[in-house]
Formats: sequence, C-alpha cells, structure tokens
Amino acid sequence: MALLRPSLPPGERFGVLAEFSSPADLYHACEGVRDAGYTRWDAHTPFPIHGLDRAMGLKASRLPWVVLVMALGGALAGIGLQGWVSTTAYPLVISGKPFFSWPAFIPVTFELSVLGGALGAVFGMFAMNQLPTWYHPLFSKSSFERMSDDGFFLSIESWDPRFETDRTVELLRRLGAKEVELVAS
Amino acid sequence: MIDHAHASHSEIPVLQASSLWLPRQHSWQRMPMVGLVLAVVGLGASLAGGLASPAAHSQLWHSWLVGALFALSLGLGGLFFVLVQHSTQAGWSVVVRRIGENAMATLPFVALLFVPLLFGLGDLFHWSHADAVAADPLLQHKSPYLNVPFFLIRALVYFGVWSFLAFWFGRQSRVQDTTGDHNLTRRMRRMSAPALIAFAFTVTYFAIDWVMSLDPHWYSTIFGVYFFAGSVMAFFAFMTLIALGQEKLLPRVVNGEHLHDIAKLLFAFLVFWAYMAFSQYLLIWYANLPEETGFFAQRLVGSWRPVSVGLSLGHFIVPFFFLLPRTVKRHPKALAGVAIWLLAMHALDMYWLVMPSLHANGIALSWLDFTTLIGCSGVFLAAFGWSLRRQALVPLRDPRLPESITFENV
Repeated sequence: MALLRPSLPPGERFGVLAEFSSPADLYHACEGVRDAGYTRWDAHTPFPIHGLDRAMGLKASRLPWVVLVMALGGALAGIGLQGWVSTTAYPLVISGKPFFSWPAFIPVTFELSVLGGALGAVFGMFAMNQLPTWYHPLFSKSSFERMSDDGFFLSIESWDPRFETDRTVELLRRLGAKEVELVAS
Repeated sequence: MIDHAHASHSEIPVLQASSLWLPRQHSWQRMPMVGLVLAVVGLGASLAGGLASPAAHSQLWHSWLVGALFALSLGLGGLFFVLVQHSTQAGWSVVVRRIGENAMATLPFVALLFVPLLFGLGDLFHWSHADAVAADPLLQHKSPYLNVPFFLIRALVYFGVWSFLAFWFGRQSRVQDTTGDHNLTRRMRRMSAPALIAFAFTVTYFAIDWVMSLDPHWYSTIFGVYFFAGSVMAFFAFMTLIALGQEKLLPRVVNGEHLHDIAKLLFAFLVFWAYMAFSQYLLIWYANLPEETGFFAQRLVGSWRPVSVGLSLGHFIVPFFFLLPRTVKRHPKALAGVAIWLLAMHALDMYWLVMPSLHANGIALSWLDFTTLIGCSGVFLAAFGWSLRRQALVPLRDPRLPESITFENV
C-alpha cells in the first residue's frame, strides 16, 4: 500500500526511536541531539512543550512567506478581476462614478486576501508537513501509539549524515532514554 | 486556576516585593516633575499667546481640544485594556497590567484639561449660538440634544464614569497588593463586563459631543468606534514604550514574550482603526448624500488632501507592513520606533478630525498646535508618573502573576 506514504529516501532502515519518561527528559535529550549535530530527526509529544523548538534548534518556519504571497495574490486577484470587469469586459456607469472606482472594490479585495492567506496557511502547512500521511515507518512500533497519550519520543532518521546505528543508540541511551528501538523502513 | 498558579510557583524565580517598585534612582522618578514643567510651560504659553488677541481665541481652543483629546485617548485606552484583561481573565498580561492602571489613573487629571474649553464653547461649537440655531432648521431639530446645559451634564457624566471606573479598579488592584485576597480578582471580573458597557456608551457619546458636533450638520454612526479604535491603538503604542523600559528594569518579570503580545495588539488596533476609517469613508462615498459628504469633501480638497492621504499611509499602510513580521514585534529598537511614529500619527489623526472645522480652506499650522499638545501631554505624563511612583510596577499578589511571568507565545 504505497498510497500517501511520506516521501523518504530509500534504505532498509528508517532509523531509531527513543522513548523518554518525562517532558523534561525529552527536552534535555533534544538539546543533546541538537548539540551532537544531528539534522534529520524529530520529537513526538502528546502536547506542546514550551521552548522545545529552541531545544531542537528549529529555524523559523517558512510558512509566513507562503501566507504573505497567497494573501497578496488574493488581493491582486480581487482588485484585478473587479477592475478588469468594470473597465474592459463590461463597463457600466453606476451612480455616476468612474469605471475604476477602487473604494468599491476594497471589500472584495480584502476578503480575497484573507481567503488567500487562510488557504495558504492551511494547505501550506499540509504541504510542509507532508500531510495527509496515512502510513509512516514509526507506526510499526506499537509503543509509538502512546505518542498521543503519555509517551515522549525522539526519532533520528538513518539518512542523517551523522547517523551510525551503534553510536546513535549509545547517544540516546546516554541522554536518558528508557527504551531505544530500531525502526525498519 | 488558582491551584494551577500555585503549582507552577516553584518554577519561577523568587522575587522580592521591594524590587518590583520603581528604583529610587531611576530616571522615571522625575516623570511627574518633567510632566508638570511641560504642562505649565506649554499650557501657560498657549494661554498667554492665545488669550492676548481675540483673533487667536478660536485657534487656541481648537488646538487645545486636539491636545486634550490626545492626552485623554491614552487614558481611555488604558482603562479599556484593564477592563478587557479582567473580563477575559487574561493570564499573560498581569505583569504589564499596571501600565494600563497607571494610564487610566490620569483620567481625572486629564478631565481638568476640558474645563478651560468651557470658555471656548462658543468658538468651537456653532450649535451653541442661539441665533445660529434660530436660523437653521436642522440645528433646531437637533437642539433637544445639542444644547449647552445638556452638553455640560453629559460631559460631567462621561468624566465621572471614567474617573470612577479608573479609581475603583485601580484601588482593588492596590488593595490586593497588601491583602492578597483572591476575591478581589473575582470582584473585578464581575464588574468588568458592566464597566465595558458603560465605557462603550460614554466613549461613543463623548466622541459625538466633542468632535463630531464641531460640524453639527454632519453625522456618522461609526464615528465613536473610529475615535475608540485610534485611542486604543495610541495607548498600545505608549504601552510598548513603557513596557520596553520595564523589560530593562525587571528582566526576569517582563520579557520579549509580553512585548510580542503588546505589539500584536498594537498591530491589531492599527488594522482595526483602518477598518473603521475605511468603512466610514466607503459608505459615505458610495451613498453620496449631501448631508454626509461634507466631512470628506472638506478633507479631500486643497491642502487637506495630502494630510488625508498621508494619514492613511502613515497611520496604516506603512506601519502595517513594517509591523507584520514576527521579528519586528520582538525587536526592541524597531518596536520603539514604530510606537513613537504611531503616537505622532494619532496626534495627526486628532488634528485632522478637529482642525478642518476652523481652517476649512486648507491646513494652517499655528505654534499653538504644538504648545497645547506639549502641555496636554505634560499633564498626562505628570499624572502617569505620579501613579507609577505610588504603587508597585506589577500587581504583587495577583493570583495569575506566576502564570504571567512564565508566559510564552506558542
């Protein structure tokens, strides 16, 4: 079943999955993995943990740029469509006002910029997170189900340039993981 | 909520109550004195110059009204901020709520700035002349509302309501500093909803009475909200500046997270002002009814036109794109710059509202415009500084204080 799988590099091993017993343990482990120089890894928690983005060394999201471009595109489409219709395609004199009466176009322009921004935010987020994903190698581990309940997980992917199975597992154990599992692709 | 606050108490730094006051050597200790000097010099020069010749009277009172509106709007914004924090049971804002409480404490003092204007009613308000009313059917029709005695009674009600609310909410908060009584928080929350309703009505009618009726033929039902939106934006600009100072003063209490939220509110009210301004313009432009268009016709011809265009650029378009990125909202210097700019724009907005009724044919700057603005701002600063000095910088024993100190934007 290849439908809506994440696009991952080929290889027989996805990576390793480590479980931690508390948000604080996971937080410090993230700092350790970040400082060890890993780049292809992620944390999985049942609820947002304040400051985890900093502990993971995440850069600012590029999503705001998508939203800005889509909002400006929506605005441009709004004013462009109304302007083109009113001056070129079907010019009508309405209450003696000029054909290009921009104040009358602002409400629709505003709404379309909001619509563009909202669509950009939702679908841009989907695209950047590779959603919808119906299957992911991590789902093969039954312990990972607790990710949405009381489990705090950290996964490192095998195509990370620094990934070496033994040393990565050793690092995670040293950082306080209570369980480390290998995950097949 | 209170249990939660206690539970997280162990994570926050231990703070001495005495360190949460304005330090004795801090330059803000001189704020009341500086404000007082500005007030005496600014208003003294204005009165001396404006009253010297009868020809300058009208200019004096119009300039004075602009300055008084500017000072008043900061206090009203502070009152609104405090009421909204209580009614929404906000946790993040506790460490900066005193900025609003200090701003609203200025209201009874700024009210005094409107007393001298009573001598200028004849110069300001066309409808206050009996002969003008007798010759004008529209003014006769409006005279049950627009007459001097009722106008004065209403003014008394507005300033009375605002002063009472500022006093009451300020006092509960100060009492909690010593007793730590959580019931005060509940009581303030219960009172905040009716207080917000009273606030909405008084601000709306105040704007109609003191600004809209300068042009007694014109009316716009959105006008009160327009004045409100600009006032609250100006308050958030002022609050940004004070919060930046408090971040330096109390780095473990006020931080970039709080400033980020204040900047978001500043941005929101900047947009809200533009929304109201454009809604007012659009409906009047579209309907094109003679009794409504006068206001804009006056402001869109001659030298008033560049002022109107400049206001929409400087009060909305430019700061909108400038304040949009998250980075700017967390950058102290950029934030201070845009806050000062927006305060200047709010003063221009007040000028734009009032002055065309005196200089119908075009903008005519007078030195009185500057002295009255400086003087009225001085009164505000003096009262703000006085309130800043007499109580701690944060509500010391508010049950949500720990939540506010550890607050983070997700």
